[in-house]
Amino acid sequence: MEFQIIWFVLWGVLWSVYFMLDGFVMGAGILHNYLGTSDGEKRVMINAIGPVWDGNEVWLITAGGATFAAFPTTYALMFSYLYTALLLLLFALIIRGVSYEFRGKGEGDGWKKGWDMAIMVGNFLPALLFGVAFGNIFAGLPMDAAGYHGSLLYLLNPYGLLTGLLFVLLFLVHGALYLAVKTTGDLNRRALSTAGRIWPVLLAVAVVFLTYTNFATRLYDNYLATPLLIVVPLCAVAALLAIRIFLAKGRPLAAFASSCLTVLLVVGTGLVGLFPNLIPSNLDPAYSLTIFNSSSSLYTLKIMTVVAFIFVPIVIGYKIWVYRIFRGTLSIDDVESDKQAY
Amino acid sequence: MDVVTLSRLQFAATSAFHFIFVPLTLGLSILTAYMETRYLVTNNDIYLKMTKFWGKLFLINFALGVVTGITMEFQFGMNWAEYSRYVGDIFGAPLAIEATVAFFLESVFIGVWIFGWNKVSKKIHALSIWLVAIATNLSGLWILLANGWMQHPVGYVLRNGRAEMVDFMALVTNPYGLIKFGHQILSGYTVAAFFVMGISAWHLLRKNETEFFKTSFRMAAVFGLVSTVLVAVIGDAHAVEVAKTQPSKFAAMESVWETRRGVGLNLLLMPDPTNECNSVEEICIPKGVSLLAFHSPDAEIKGLKDIPKDERPSVLPVFFSFRAMVGLGTLFILVSMVAVFLSRRDLLEKYPLFLKMLVLIIPLPYLANQLGWIVAEMGRQPWIVYGVLKTSDAVSKSVSISQVMGSLIGFVLLYGFLGVIDIYLLVKFARKGPDNDLSAIIKPRGQEA
Repeated sequence: MEFQIIWFVLWGVLWSVYFMLDGFVMGAGILHNYLGTSDGEKRVMINAIGPVWDGNEVWLITAGGATFAAFPTTYALMFSYLYTALLLLLFALIIRGVSYEFRGKGEGDGWKKGWDMAIMVGNFLPALLFGVAFGNIFAGLPMDAAGYHGSLLYLLNPYGLLTGLLFVLLFLVHGALYLAVKTTGDLNRRALSTAGRIWPVLLAVAVVFLTYTNFATRLYDNYLATPLLIVVPLCAVAALLAIRIFLAKGRPLAAFASSCLTVLLVVGTGLVGLFPNLIPSNLDPAYSLTIFNSSSSLYTLKIMTVVAFIFVPIVIGYKIWVYRIFRGTLSIDDVESDKQAY
Repeated sequence: MDVVTLSRLQFAATSAFHFIFVPLTLGLSILTAYMETRYLVTNNDIYLKMTKFWGKLFLINFALGVVTGITMEFQFGMNWAEYSRYVGDIFGAPLAIEATVAFFLESVFIGVWIFGWNKVSKKIHALSIWLVAIATNLSGLWILLANGWMQHPVGYVLRNGRAEMVDFMALVTNPYGLIKFGHQILSGYTVAAFFVMGISAWHLLRKNETEFFKTSFRMAAVFGLVSTVLVAVIGDAHAVEVAKTQPSKFAAMESVWETRRGVGLNLLLMPDPTNECNSVEEICIPKGVSLLAFHSPDAEIKGLKDIPKDERPSVLPVFFSFRAMVGLGTLFILVSMVAVFLSRRDLLEKYPLFLKMLVLIIPLPYLANQLGWIVAEMGRQPWIVYGVLKTSDAVSKSVSISQVMGSLIGFVLLYGFLGVIDIYLLVKFARKGPDNDLSAIIKPRGQEA
């Protein structure tokens, strides 16, 4: 029993940290062509995320692997039910990954323009699809004794799309702030003003989302049962407001830290409401996948807990070290004078 | 075609494509790390140039290996949901451990290596590529322990309608998985050795940068000889393990139909599956198969006829893939021997024909890797977990034919497109040769270190 709860928390942490880290990569990628007015600026943005994007994506692989190991039934049903959506997600992530590597290695304008477009699409689609997928998980999937009754079109319901929009806007602000922290000059100014202009839209969509969640999901049941939990969404809102305050004060790093917290807490808000479900059934709660009816055996959970408690802190340790090595800003001059740059 | 066949085709296509890039990554990461270490120790610029040149090819190859790997993890759930549900309790663990222990290390430090030339000291920079190399090989260990479990399931009980893990140590010390791991990484090193030798030979034939490519060649030749010999040694141990644990696969590999003692090895052999016999059996090494299987001349080999028809693998692909793989492996040992001899005596340029051959056989170790996996995976059929779960019972119930057909077509188009670009870039940068403008190569900071 305790181990299922430990794994729900770990599962939630893996997904939240994944969205916090890959969120700014996706946001920066969607803005790639909009913010980058020259090849030099685009290269600055690629080099700003270059050292970290691959390691950030591994949080997704680990979240997937953890779902497999700790909640195999959920892994099996979630991945097969959401087949087509996941396929599109995979294709987008594959294209995104190679575009960073390939863009600088070919010749001609067409080559670069093509991969610039691939960077944009390869980051936009995952942001949207993850939002749609999590919106549907929050709302529950149509499943019962006969299996799954949905399709790709079913997932594109209003609440799913709204969550998709929320994710895209959240990551746009998050990514723009990351770029603002990492760049100088014109690019830095444009990134800051873009974050400032998207923020009110994000706030409006967040308000609609929180309201609509009351009607489309049962996420608030846990909050009504244990009112203390409300600190999670309250902190999420506070972090969202803090972004605006720090932007106004001209403190991009603090604004970026706030957007990191916002992503963590927004995902956290959803997952706290979801507990103990992993995927609720919106047809009959008896067929919901919970941490209890879909988990691995106690023995496996114990082994995996030991592995996680040893290795996750080590991973976090060297990741912080790497972020420190690559701290500081990048300019067009830096990128153009450096033969190693992408 | 049904969902099972299409899902198998898709898994085969995506894993075979993924496996074009993995073997080179396994070996070239180590060679690149060794080159950078030589630079660190000798401070000789040629090793820095080598690190840069081979490292660039490593990265072009690495990118596709990484992105196509995500597909593998997702597909178990997407296409093989019944499998994932049934064995996830034990099979999910090595995959999750692989991500946590190895994949993080690899992905984080590849970033340090690519972008950190001016940010970290020489020593830390060289350490980064070693961590990448170690992590890549460690990643292989966990994946092969997972595959080893599918081949020879251990440490589990059937309980609560699924296979549950009861002995984690049995999983990580499964001899099948460990031997397979050894066989696989050494096959990867062979790919890398022949890749480096082949490209070096191409440049030596054109008298480009002879010093640079002779040095690269010498390094790769020794690496290749050690790897190809060890691949064969471990391959022999692997065959013994297969004979012991997977009699149906072994019988198909050697096309043995009747259960007998002291089975001979026919160098010329043609299986005839319809009549359940061999239509050609010539040049027999007496007791050869028994010796290979159990290192004992009179050991009994189980024939296919004693295995129920619905539990036999398809003989022809398994048999021919196995023979071709062994033949190629033998060729690689001979070529490596000549390569070491000629490069040590500095005679390479006197034998242009040998160099030309080395260019032409770059693809063959890749082929041998693919053939090995055909033996391993087709030889396990009809089982997805040997003796425990059939492939036909493992497929996702909620996925339709049109969904798998659509995704299969999508994968073929996308992977085909990316494969063409990757090969184009590899050829382009391989031909271009090393960057000689040392002023343009910004040396790592901390030269004093």
